[in-house]
Amino acid sequence: MSLPKKMKDHAAKHAEATEPHPAAAAKQAAQGKLQARERITAILDQDSFHEYDLFVEHKCSDFGMEKKQLPGDGVITGTGTILGHPVAIFAQDFTVAGGSLGLAHARKITKIMDHAIKLGIPLIGINDSGGARIQEGVNSLAGYGEIFYRNTLASGVIPQLSIILGPCAGGAVYSPALTDFVFVVDKISKMFITGPEVIKTVLGEEISMEDLGGARVQAELTGNAHFYAQSEAECFEQVKRLVTYIPWNNRKKADSFNVIPSRSEISLESIIPAESNKPYDVRDVIRAVCDGSDFMEVQALWAANIVVGFARMDGRTVGMIANQPMVLAGVLDVDSSDKAARFIRFCDAFNIPLVTFVDLPGYLPGIDQEHAGVIRHGAKLLYAYSEATVPKITVILRKAYGGGYIAMCSRHLGADFVFAWPCAEIAVMGPEGAANIIFKGEIAAAADPEAFRKEKVKEYTEKFASPYVAAANGHVDAVISPHQTRDFLLHALEISEEKAELRPARKHGVPPF
Amino acid sequence: MTPAQKPLRQTIALNDTVYETTLTKKYAQRKPYAPKDPSRLTAIIPGLILELRVSPGDQVRSGHDLLVLEAMKMQNHITAHDDVTVKALHVAVGDTVTKGQLLMEFE
Repeated sequence: MSLPKKMKDHAAKHAEATEPHPAAAAKQAAQGKLQARERITAILDQDSFHEYDLFVEHKCSDFGMEKKQLPGDGVITGTGTILGHPVAIFAQDFTVAGGSLGLAHARKITKIMDHAIKLGIPLIGINDSGGARIQEGVNSLAGYGEIFYRNTLASGVIPQLSIILGPCAGGAVYSPALTDFVFVVDKISKMFITGPEVIKTVLGEEISMEDLGGARVQAELTGNAHFYAQSEAECFEQVKRLVTYIPWNNRKKADSFNVIPSRSEISLESIIPAESNKPYDVRDVIRAVCDGSDFMEVQALWAANIVVGFARMDGRTVGMIANQPMVLAGVLDVDSSDKAARFIRFCDAFNIPLVTFVDLPGYLPGIDQEHAGVIRHGAKLLYAYSEATVPKITVILRKAYGGGYIAMCSRHLGADFVFAWPCAEIAVMGPEGAANIIFKGEIAAAADPEAFRKEKVKEYTEKFASPYVAAANGHVDAVISPHQTRDFLLHALEISEEKAELRPARKHGVPPF
Repeated sequence: MTPAQKPLRQTIALNDTVYETTLTKKYAQRKPYAPKDPSRLTAIIPGLILELRVSPGDQVRSGHDLLVLEAMKMQNHITAHDDVTVKALHVAVGDTVTKGQLLMEFE
């Protein structure tokens, strides 16, 4: 073959392998879904995608598979950049054998994962697959296992993002679950271990795929998804934005951006209501202190009684954790503990300092909470905060009672700096409850028990429901005015830049999960 | 073995096969799935009804306050999940409610 002919032959081979099957492509489009290649192009910087393993073929010869040619074996892999940040990416192609996972398909994924781990660059996976390629039998299961194994090895080494843009069911769904962030799109994403059919057979219960494992369910009810979007385009914007907040790998810090002051028109003094039992949106506090009032919330729809997400302070990424008085009074419970603990561990693994805003009445009382294991789940939060060695700065805004005070990155769990606003109430329990217990006998014996009780509540409030007892004991480093918050945080973060905290050597801890 | 100690021996069908097995207490006592009824507002947390901000027949926009539920030392504002018309109130100001109790119905 002459050289020009070889070149022409290559162009033809390339076109054949990359052209989508018209009927399958039309079906994909009819479901409101983009093609796998369009998705990659939409996420990555223009012309930055470099594809590998385009000509990989499966080796299966059972059930007529030897006659089937599957372009790229149903998955596209390569590297590229997002806003200049390098990433490794794979996208399952539903138009090729339903995106089913065979061994060659899996090996393409594990190869790009190995690259990402060695190169120290984030991994983005786009999942759109009918599941295991049944004709390949146990080899297909082997493929899943090899992916899960690498997801685990990569955990805490490189950031891993999973975008669910189609079905992701059965064993396949455990790969996203092992990654750091899961993105879902309304009406397109479907995640479950056993589908509606199986549930109907085994339990006789009927449920639609959407109600069982649709995007809304995963984002609101289960907490499996971290980011929810109405369309694929919106989802890709979320992916790009997130990539700017996180470092390439655990040896680096996230890129620093130009410093934008927070919007000065937001007055912190005006956000918090005068009465301590009135709700407000704690995200307003975060926006008032962070650069450009720009806050990227993670898991916004699930366990909204705690707020977690990324923001920048003087151009550097910070992980924000805050009780949300607007939802369930800002209590800690099973889900909120779980949500915050996971986020803290991500930040700690990737050198992102933690800023915690505290305003909570404590743990949510309830039989359902106790029986759901709030002890075990609540302990995850204590573990995550205590384990974290990144800079930890805490601001107590208002209420910090009991176990909740300890759990929300108190000095005692290793906070580097603890600040409190003058309206902070730091005590074992609320004044009402405390007075009722301490003065139980006296209240009962008093001539006017109600008046006596009120007097004692007032006494307790004045003495203990303030930041000054904690400050007198050194548990709070400084009582600051709300308008000083950004300044104190910026200074604390700046001087913590080189923080190094050594811990006793161990293989790994045994967190309560 | 006394009847009290006798495990709950049942069958379960998985992957085309019926297995004889015992069930965990949690599985045996599980409630069947019921889809959430958007026309019923139930209490998310036990507490005290402090204020009712709507009356039957009121048309309410999504995000508008329906009532104030005092719980965990906080005046929790319960808002409409959607544009709704209030059909009936099932609580009055001053009532103590338990978690999951029906508060109001929409049309």
